[in-house]
Amino acid sequence: MFDLFAKVFGRDDASKEVAKERLRLVLVHDRTSLSPQAMENLKNDLLKVISEYMDIDDQGFRVDFSRHDDAMALVANIPIRSVKRKSLSQ
Amino acid sequence: MGEAIVITSGKGGVGKTTTTANLGAGLAKAGNKVALIDADIGLRNLDVVMGLENRIVYDLVDVVEGFAKLKHALIKDKRFENLYLLPAAQTRDKTAVTPDQMRDLVGQMKADFDFVLIDSPAGIEQGFKNAVAGADKALVVATPEVSSVRDADRIIGLLEAQEKHKPFLIINRIRADMVKRGDMMDIDDMIEILAIELLGVVPEDEAIVVSTNRGEPAVLNPQSRAGEAYRNIVRRLQGENVPMMKLEDDAGFFGRLRKLMGFKG
Repeated sequence: MFDLFAKVFGRDDASKEVAKERLRLVLVHDRTSLSPQAMENLKNDLLKVISEYMDIDDQGFRVDFSRHDDAMALVANIPIRSVKRKSLSQ
Repeated sequence: MGEAIVITSGKGGVGKTTTTANLGAGLAKAGNKVALIDADIGLRNLDVVMGLENRIVYDLVDVVEGFAKLKHALIKDKRFENLYLLPAAQTRDKTAVTPDQMRDLVGQMKADFDFVLIDSPAGIEQGFKNAVAGADKALVVATPEVSSVRDADRIIGLLEAQEKHKPFLIINRIRADMVKRGDMMDIDDMIEILAIELLGVVPEDEAIVVSTNRGEPAVLNPQSRAGEAYRNIVRRLQGENVPMMKLEDDAGFFGRLRKLMGFKG
């Protein structure tokens, strides 16, 4: 029964889903000519700038490309530990 | 004035030469005057796939260098009154001709032929640049594998940067059984990723190996599923609106279609 269900609705672990996800990422880098190293540099620079204004969680910090319909977006997910008092009271 | 169409892919081994041979034979069978150019200088293969390897006297480089006249270098296919091959040189390399020379040659050939099909070498270097230089339209062949799709994406980027006509996609060697299991990207997956217009879908078919062994394009074999797919692409290239074949297992749509073809003729 599960097999039939999986066949009809598609499985998340189907290897084509893995292929699509890997392609999606590799093509973003190919199309923007940004290497994974360049992305890492971008992330570190962003981290540096934003840290001047607030205390952020650099472990949870994520920068990635995301696709919405035809448009590409650079999405940064930046968990904030605390907003620095100084920047609030200046 | 005819139309020049380059068949390209980026990655090697995905079926550029097979596609060129089949579309060329199919277009000629439909009554068009067709010339095929093998632009893979140094690694020519369109001649063997077409079964014309024993008749080569002059080649593309001889013509470009003025050593031979175009009409003397063109090999006439015996199966069709109106199908010709301009073979690549085997002992030279891609730098033996320039994109400008190719543009001139293809322009000259378009005056005499309804269709000029150019078989591009793999890669993105000069061989590719030569192959696309004189083309009005580009067909990008890709198989449903990550490496092929990635390289196709790169090629599409290069073609779009050159402001050529929007490239068209031919999905090659797709397997209905694997698609059904979720172990192969399907037609919609590939269109979504590559974001170009689909011209045709060619299923994996043992008949391709057999026909290449014999040097007889599968498009001429009424029993071949891939041949049927190529016949549909030929009709689309001539401006007909042919619906995409549904991708189903052997016994399904294709089986019925073959029966239908059998009854027809």
